[in-house]
Amino acid sequence: MQNHPVYTDNDPQTAPSTLNLGPTHPATHGVFQNVLQLDGERIMSGVSTIGYIHRAFEKIAEHRPFYQITPLTDRLNYCSSPINNMGWHMTVEKLLGIETPKRVDYLRVIVMELARISDHIVCNGVLGVDTGAFTGFLYMMEYREAIYEIYEEVCGSRLTTNIGRIGGFERNFNAIAFNKLRKFLKDFPPVLREFQALFNRNRIFVDRTKGVAAVTAEDALAYSWSGPLLRAAGVDYDVRAMNPYSSYEDFDFEVPVGENGDVYARFLVRNEEMWQSMRLIEQALMKLEKEPTDIFHADVPEFYLPPKEEVYNNMEALIYHFKIVMGEIDTPTSEVYHSVEGANGELGFYLVNDGGRSPYRLHFRRPSFINYQMYAPMSRGMLLSDAIINMSSLNVIAGELDA
Amino acid sequence: MGKITNEELLKKINEKFDQQITVVGEPYGLLTIETGREQIIELLEFLKNDTVLQFIYLTDITAIHYPEQEKPIGVIYHLHSLINNVRIRIKVFLPAEDYHIPTATTVWHGANWMERETYDFFGVIFDGHPDLRRILNVDDMTVFPMRREYPLEDPNRVDKKDYFFGR
Repeated sequence: MQNHPVYTDNDPQTAPSTLNLGPTHPATHGVFQNVLQLDGERIMSGVSTIGYIHRAFEKIAEHRPFYQITPLTDRLNYCSSPINNMGWHMTVEKLLGIETPKRVDYLRVIVMELARISDHIVCNGVLGVDTGAFTGFLYMMEYREAIYEIYEEVCGSRLTTNIGRIGGFERNFNAIAFNKLRKFLKDFPPVLREFQALFNRNRIFVDRTKGVAAVTAEDALAYSWSGPLLRAAGVDYDVRAMNPYSSYEDFDFEVPVGENGDVYARFLVRNEEMWQSMRLIEQALMKLEKEPTDIFHADVPEFYLPPKEEVYNNMEALIYHFKIVMGEIDTPTSEVYHSVEGANGELGFYLVNDGGRSPYRLHFRRPSFINYQMYAPMSRGMLLSDAIINMSSLNVIAGELDA
Repeated sequence: MGKITNEELLKKINEKFDQQITVVGEPYGLLTIETGREQIIELLEFLKNDTVLQFIYLTDITAIHYPEQEKPIGVIYHLHSLINNVRIRIKVFLPAEDYHIPTATTVWHGANWMERETYDFFGVIFDGHPDLRRILNVDDMTVFPMRREYPLEDPNRVDKKDYFFGR
């Protein structure tokens, strides 16, 4: 590795030591390698090496029809797969000019905000673990389980959800899903309140996080940060508010903004976002009451697979089924950029289409990848233990980092 | 805070870069322009520092490969003006076997890894980049895998042949 500084001083008392932090270090929660030069406990320089779980999704996507790319997006940020799925569906819908019914939009808002809560639960819980408090993590984890059970009712799977289809959902939400959702909305707020009470003014936690890895708004913008990290630095950029998608413009919510961009501010911003997400879900439930209950996808037979029994009994459905699966439907030759507010920031899809069954080029703008590049420069001069909690609060998900 | 329309934006750019840019179109409302590598950095700096436009946010840098074109590889920039909430897409196509373009790390620090990724997958050399190495692929890789001629799977691999599965 030619980029590591070479020290000629051989005195073990004063020579800096090299530490390979990762790729499978238990404190890094994922496959991240940082080669650090340490002076005692202080980091003098670091080099990040990434790509350990690179799976060439952009290349694979060029060989797959649109609807088979959804499972690839699952595996980007696997802590909040539904947001990636929905972002991808909306990109394709934008390309094809599909208007989704309001009910679909609201159902999507529910799923996406649940995903955001589950992602923030993990991130903030783990931040507690890294500062020495296991309780909060275990306590909150139970509610991630509750969210996963809601996903199970909606789509049948838990982590890599493959939820929804182009045009809507593969099936309607059932009564159990709504019951579980209401139960979650009732049970979770006291837990989150207690979690905040446990941490927000906890002496040890505040000492460990306040002022650590503080990033100015200018730096955050120069490094193209987005999401909770950028907002913690004081920039109120939220894709949901700025370029509303999936009818977010119908909702009333606030964009929490921090002050000094340190680990503590990121923690507070994420907690507040969970409250806002719950507000959004409650509003979505209210709005759903005014919508017809049987609509769960747009009327686009050219792109939405018909129910299987219709395929066997209805000529038209059989034709559409065949055409969708074989990819014989013309799509516009164009290019589209669509972004959603992922749990880590602006998750963008740049899709160049040549009219075929699969994209000519698909690029994922992955927030973790772009956020993480500041990690090594910002670690310089930091204590090793601070660098660890800084990494937790960046919430870098290896799948999203490496695509 | 008034939103700038694409016409106003284009007029602003044309005032400074007359004859140096061509408009590709406005697919889905996103103004797309094409320029040459000689003035790309000047254009990015202008867009970033202009007091009205203020494209302070670099959303993305990526590339695309059209092997049949005279200029096969295009580098694509997405910028976002957070003040005016308007986006712009800039394309720079590079001639075959001469994939050099000046780095945008002088304008945004965040361009660093985006350019490394573009280099890694397309072999675009960003002149002046502080640390242009492969980022996601292994260091000793010799090809640029996102180019169209590179197959998805190694055509010589035998471990997926039918006879291994009794077919």
